[in-house]
Parts: sequence; structure tokens; C-alpha cells
Amino acid sequence: MMLEHLVVLQVVLPLMAAPVIVLARHRGFAWLATTAVSYACLVIAVALASRVAAAGPISYAIGNWPPPWGIEYRVDALSGFVLVLVSLTASFVAPYAQRSIAAEVPADRQYLMYAMYCLCLAGLLGITITGDAFNLFVFLEISSLATYVLIALGPRRKALVAAYQYMLMGTVGATFYVIGVGLLYLMTGTLNLADMAMRLQAVGELRPVLAALAFITVGIGLKLALFPLHQWLPNAYAYAPSMAAAFIAATATKVSAYVLLRFYFTVFDPVPLFERLPTREVFLALSIAAMVTASLVAVFEQDVKRLFAYSSVAQIGYITLGIGLDNQASLTGSIAHLLNHGVTKGAIFVLLGAVMLRSGAISVTVDSLAGLARRMPLTAFGLVVAGLSLIGVPGTAGFISKWYLIVGAMDRGLWWVVAAIVATSLIAVAYVWRVVEAAYLRPAPAGAAARAEAPAGMLAAALGMVVLCVYFGFETSFSVGGARDAAQLLLRGLR
Amino acid sequence: MSEVAAHYSYWVTIFLMIAGMYILIARGNLLKKLIGLAILQTSVYLLYIAPAKLIGGTAPIVAPGFELYSNPLPHVLILTAIVVGVATLALGLALVARIREAYGTVEEDEILQRDRADEE
Repeated sequence: MMLEHLVVLQVVLPLMAAPVIVLARHRGFAWLATTAVSYACLVIAVALASRVAAAGPISYAIGNWPPPWGIEYRVDALSGFVLVLVSLTASFVAPYAQRSIAAEVPADRQYLMYAMYCLCLAGLLGITITGDAFNLFVFLEISSLATYVLIALGPRRKALVAAYQYMLMGTVGATFYVIGVGLLYLMTGTLNLADMAMRLQAVGELRPVLAALAFITVGIGLKLALFPLHQWLPNAYAYAPSMAAAFIAATATKVSAYVLLRFYFTVFDPVPLFERLPTREVFLALSIAAMVTASLVAVFEQDVKRLFAYSSVAQIGYITLGIGLDNQASLTGSIAHLLNHGVTKGAIFVLLGAVMLRSGAISVTVDSLAGLARRMPLTAFGLVVAGLSLIGVPGTAGFISKWYLIVGAMDRGLWWVVAAIVATSLIAVAYVWRVVEAAYLRPAPAGAAARAEAPAGMLAAALGMVVLCVYFGFETSFSVGGARDAAQLLLRGLR
Repeated sequence: MSEVAAHYSYWVTIFLMIAGMYILIARGNLLKKLIGLAILQTSVYLLYIAPAKLIGGTAPIVAPGFELYSNPLPHVLILTAIVVGVATLALGLALVARIREAYGTVEEDEILQRDRADEE
């Protein structure tokens, strides 16, 4: 009986936690509630994903109004996979948050930060689970508004400007998405994604449908930080409080990538989309531009958080590259990269938060990392492992998804794409090496802080994510298995 | 009525959309950018509402003597979108207020100047 309602509880739990936290006005309670909700979400997500794997997609009619009239929540192989990614990250970030927030946010605002985090989590899970185009917009805005606040709470005044810029670009993105959905609604008379897909086949390729495709692509591209729409991302990640940066870097752009996949393969008919329109060329060009330019910028960046933020833009390029190649292997790579890059980048930002906490500074520059291996040996080692995963060294999570992307490019016979993947991985070696070189080979400056790792709770969460980077490099039954099922679902088309 | 005049609501929508985008991009004042954003969002309300209006249509309540009904769904959707728009604008204004407290200005170029001065 209760099991049936797990689908809606996935979103309702974090959504209800937020007002409860605000009413309680107590930061200890706020942290406990946030952690409990994050773990509960993980349990629910895993339960849903395993049920989908065993028994096929789950459909849930909100308020018992049957779809397509009512809002449908729908979990299939792809959304189940993304639900696990989001709640898995949340369950590592939440226990980490206590000390990190205590150090970076004024005491009277801490409980609000937890409330915003819960809203952000609810929004991201909602985007993933809903089967209704307009409901998706509402969740998109719930998660985005919460994200803007999380970023604005950062310790430097630049955080305010970063949040403002993200808010402008994010809202334009969401507005473009609604324009696209509005045009589709005018052409089909439905908002249910599956129903819309069916009716679009009868409508064909009229001008409004193509305009809707363009608006949705640009709108979600802004949220996704698809090159060249990524200008908001580096500052937003760099100036946000550490736990917010870790959570957003691991999940927000991944969920937007999910929306793009959903529209490109489920709602629009992928065959004409990829065969008759220059979709493939556009995605290949933008993805490779992102991979090359953002990686090169990262090599010359002094601020370590900005360095890894630019690396995120490049990694998003890998994800969209898989969409542009649109075959089984490349989509498997793309979807697995959502998880693998999410875990890797989450681990890096969590570790950088620990570095910031111990240095007491409001930023982390490459020079300030000098001698880190002596001061914080476990943290430095964690950065090395996560950095290897970012590069895609065999034995780490990053290798697995890049391997599938390379196989996908070979299947298409696009050798220059293979070359681009390898070349940009080499550029990643360069920027990761700068961090490793500073941490291991440079002597600590005179008067540097004594040896002190981050507090146990933070360190455990951070190292847990680092372990995942290696775990998903060997045990791929969930990451690749789940991604393969999802890719099959997308390529087979509807239902 | 010509094709162009018959679709005048779309022309208004497109004008508002472009005007909003223009203000958003061209203006350096953070408050004026928010006004542009609000105009852009308003154009979307019109995009949804205008096609849902039937001339002579009533609310969809079954009653004798009323045959034409306006589609209520777009109205409900836009009610939600207006709420989202208000929330976004409120957050935007709050951010601008905080930026003014922190920087003493709401002009984009002056903020960039002060950030650059910080770094030197």
C-alpha cells in the first residue's frame, strides 16, 4: 500500500522538510532533518530503480487523476538512474554540510541554508520524476530559485553577483523552455510527455514544432551550461558555499542533461530529429568546442574552484557529445558520465571545502595548495584519485564513461572525435597536475598551518565520494548496466 | 482581415519578448535588467492565454444555454507561471538590494571595476 506511494514521497519528503526546517528555526534540527531526508530519498530512489529494473516503468497518477489529464509521475530506466544519482550525492553532501555550513555561513542564516538545500533537492528529484512538461518547469524553477539563494549565501560579495548573473541566465533559460512547451501544447493539446510524443507524430514537422525544439534546446542549454551558454557556471561554482558548490556541481547540470535527453529521444521523434536536422553536427561542434576551450582555460586558472568549474564545462561537453553521436554505446557513455562525473566533481568540491575550512581563507588558489600533502595527506590523496577519475585513467569511474564515448565515436567512424576525446583528456592531465604538483612537490610556505585533516564527519563523507570514484571504475553493474538500459529505452523510442 | 492583422496577439507577444530580451542584454543597471526579465516573462503569459480565448466563450461550467467554453488549462498554467515569475522577481530584487549593500552601486560596469580593484 505504502510502496505504491513511494513515487510521490520521493519529492514530497524533501519538499515538506523545507517549511518544517524554517518553522523550527534551529540549525541542529535542520541538519538532522536534512540528513534524514537525504537518506530516505536515497532509499526510495534505490527501491524505485530496482523495481523499474525488475518490472518495467512505474506510472503514478497524482491525486488519482489518470494521465494524460492529470499529472503523471513516471519512473523508467533513465529517470530511475538520475534519481539515484541525485539522492546518492545528497546523502554524501548532507552529513558533510554541518561543519561546512557552520564555518562559512552566519549562524542566524544556517537553518535557512538547509531549507534551501531541501527545496533544491525536491526540485531536482521532481524534474526527474515528473512526466508532465509544465510540472517539469515548476520543479525546474523550484530547484533553480533555491540554487540562486544557496550561491548568494557564499562568503564573498562576488557570490551575490554570481547568483544574480546565474538568476538572469537561468530564468531566461526556463522562460525559453516554457515558450517551447507552450508551442508544443498549442500543436498537441497535451502536456503529458508520453502523450505529447504520440500526438507529435501526427503533427509532423511544422514550423511551430521546430521553433519549440529550438526554444527548448537553447533554454535547457542555458541550464545545462552547454557551450557557449556556460558563462554563469564558473563564478557560481567558485563563490558558492562549499557544500552548495559540491551539490550543484554534482547534480544540477546532470538533471538538465536528463531533460535534454528526455525531449530529444522521448518527446520529439529522434529519427527525423537526427537524420534530417543538423542536430548531430551542432552537438558535435558545441561539445568539442566546450571540451577544448574550457579545458584550456582551466589550465591557466589560478583559483582552484574556478579551475574545476571550467573543467565541469568541459565534462558537460562529453555528456552532450554522446547525445550528438546518438548510438547505443555513446548514449550509454553519456548517461554513465552523468553519474561518474557527478560523483567525481562532487568529491573534488567536497575536498576543496575541507581545504578551505582548514586554511580559513575565503578562496583556494593553486599557490595556497603548496604543501597540502603534508598538512592534509588524506585530503590531498583524495584530490589525486578524483583528479585521475576526471582525466579518465583506467580503474576510475571517468575511464568507463569515456571508453563508451570512444566506442560510440568509432561506431560512427568519426576518428577525429576519438582524437578529440583523447586530446582533451591530456589537457585534463595538465590542469589536474597543477593541483597535484602544488600539493605534493612544493614546500609548504613558512608559517603554514600545522597538520590537521578536516573534522571526521566531513572527511568521511569526502572520502566516501572518492571511494565511489574508484568503485564505479570497477563495479559497473549499476553505472553502465543502468545507463545501458536507459540508452536502450531512449533509442527504442516511446514506452 | 489579413493574415497579419488576424494574428495581432502573436505580434504583441513577439514584440514584448524581443523588447524584454533587449533590455536584459543592453542595460547595465541591474534593476533595469530585472524589468527586462519581467517583460520577457509577461510575453509568455500572453503566448499561452491568447490562443485559449474563444470570442464569446464562457468558463467551462456545464449549464443550459452555454455552448462555447474557453480552455481553462492555459489560464491555470499561467497562474502558476505568474507565481513563479513573482518569486523570481522578488529574489532578483532581494539580490540587487544585497549587491547595493555590498558594493554601493547597481551598475554592472562599476561592480566589475570594484571586483577588479579587489584583486589587485
